Amino acid sequence: MIALEKRPQPSRGWTAGAPVIAVALTMLAGGALFAALGADPLEAIRVIFWDPLFHPQFAAYSRPQLLVKAGPLILIAIGLAIGFRAGVWNIGAEGQYIIGAICGAGAALAFYPSASPLIFPLAVLAGAAGGFAWGMIPALLRVRFGTNEILVSLMLVYVAEAVLASASSGLLKNPEGMGFPGSRNLAQWEATANPELVAGTGMHWGVVAAFAAVIAAQVLMARHILGFQIQLMGAAPRAARFSGVNAARITLVSLGLAGALAGMAGLFEVTGPAGQITIDFGSGYGFTAIIVAFLGRLNPIGILAAGLLMALTYIGGELAQLMLGLPAAAIQLFQGMLLFFLLAADVFANYRIRIGRREVG
Amino acid sequence: MDLGAIQPAVFTAAIIVSATPILLAAIGELVAERSGVLNLGVEGMMITGAVMGFAVAVTSGNPALGFLAAAAAGAGLSLAFGVLTQFFLANHVATGLALTLAGLGLSALIGKPFEGMKAPPTPRLDLGPLSEIPYLGRALFAHDPIVYLSLAIVAAVWVFLRLTRGGLVLRAVGESAEAAHALGYKVVRVRLLAILFGGACAGLGGAYLSLVRVPQWTEGMTAGAGWIALAIVVFASWRAGRILIGAYLFGGVSVLQLNLQAAGADVPVALLSASPYLVTILVLVLISARGTHGAPAALGRIFHASN
Repeated sequence: MIALEKRPQPSRGWTAGAPVIAVALTMLAGGALFAALGADPLEAIRVIFWDPLFHPQFAAYSRPQLLVKAGPLILIAIGLAIGFRAGVWNIGAEGQYIIGAICGAGAALAFYPSASPLIFPLAVLAGAAGGFAWGMIPALLRVRFGTNEILVSLMLVYVAEAVLASASSGLLKNPEGMGFPGSRNLAQWEATANPELVAGTGMHWGVVAAFAAVIAAQVLMARHILGFQIQLMGAAPRAARFSGVNAARITLVSLGLAGALAGMAGLFEVTGPAGQITIDFGSGYGFTAIIVAFLGRLNPIGILAAGLLMALTYIGGELAQLMLGLPAAAIQLFQGMLLFFLLAADVFANYRIRIGRREVG
Repeated sequence: MDLGAIQPAVFTAAIIVSATPILLAAIGELVAERSGVLNLGVEGMMITGAVMGFAVAVTSGNPALGFLAAAAAGAGLSLAFGVLTQFFLANHVATGLALTLAGLGLSALIGKPFEGMKAPPTPRLDLGPLSEIPYLGRALFAHDPIVYLSLAIVAAVWVFLRLTRGGLVLRAVGESAEAAHALGYKVVRVRLLAILFGGACAGLGGAYLSLVRVPQWTEGMTAGAGWIALAIVVFASWRAGRILIGAYLFGGVSVLQLNLQAAGADVPVALLSASPYLVTILVLVLISARGTHGAPAALGRIFHASN
């Protein structure tokens, strides 16, 4: 008989080791998947995890992409993780990301064609404000009416997509775009361009913001009373209430913060790698960031590593599409499997396995 | 705008078709939640059902086989959720999200070769003279068998939960797993069965989308239907009968907005296409403002027998 025995405290070794095990298991299962799709599994794993960084021909192009993709993932996941720690389930980051991009781009475009250096900071603030406002909707509804924030934040993703479709073919449409939907190109307009800061690294302002967010979140969670209250509320809501933690305030802060960070991520994306507001601007970063947050153990430093790893699977996936003809969806499934295996591996962090007869009594 | 062009009988029939996928998914999730399991993977199970149902129906030319395959696929995917939450004691919310993300990827992968194909038509159920009744016949008695199956499932769940011993056990497990366990009921087994039933229903609902309502396969075609089904369970205060009201209300909103778009109503298209989601939020707010009565007490709690 195999029995599970609850550990008094989660094992630190297993908590840190679970992601490694999950990645290894995902590689095994992914290899089987790729074999079923007619690709050599070992080659597929190499193309996804090794070639983007070290391939003699492609690496020069794909290595900078690592930071380009990891930036928004990390920025969004940092905000989500703070909420998840508090037991506030914001799964609508994709919507906050889209609305942030629209608000930021809209604020900047209002001043077109000025070349003032203040426009970019203004756009960043407007993007953060847009995401913040979008995150506040589920937060206020939860605090005021007790409405489930999971469902509301998710529903708002679809609303944001409708707003995006309308903005790209209406309000923000490029007047010189010959009737095609999509805004002016913000990456090519000097006042809003968010270019690579150091050539060949992929580092743009969004990546800088992501690194800053990692440090700030680490300080908040490890050193600040608010960080302690957030963790207390998630781990023991009753104890938190008795010790005077204001649950409404924590809910508002964590959803607002996550929204603002996701909105900023959207703004950095639209002024840099994406370039313009188009109907397909939402690329799923908001959902993948959920996996990043869990894979990083809801810990800022962990999220940094997880974001880089997840970015690697994105780039490796594109490379595998190109070199091996693997479908793009295979990578999406691959990322989903990773979260599955991680959740399964986590049982060992919280429970001890006892093999032998269960004692009666 | 010409609202006069909307025929009541056709309109009612369209509402029923539009509500059925969500009705199926919601009634399945209701059973799972009544057993204390919060499965947020409905969207993933639905879309996997949609793609499997479509693929099997197109390959075999038989929609009935497609629906069976969809139910099996939904149940299969839900088994992964069941194993993780019941044996590996994983967090319900996180596991459900993983299920949705994996289901979206899996369905896109399976569905690639089937894009742009047409589903074999699902025949209507021949109800003889009933479907010839003016108005009512066209609105209510000229549907495919799945519509009636979905209504039968709702009725069966109502009877099961309310009047049978099995239903009482399931509710006990959902209210207090520890008490049910102490009485000797197999908590994990009951929950696994409820999860599988929820998965099969979500799969059926997904297949109804890809085989009847749309009817073709496009990536991400469920477009939040699974999440709306989750919202409808809350709206229904975890009661089977009210699921019917919620699903048909939602079906009404989505058909109405499509009709308004087609009629060229003087309302922004973005507002119309977002309206099903906005209405869902509004309904959730109204329900929660009244206080969420009826949620199973052990909903989403991890049960571990040695505690």
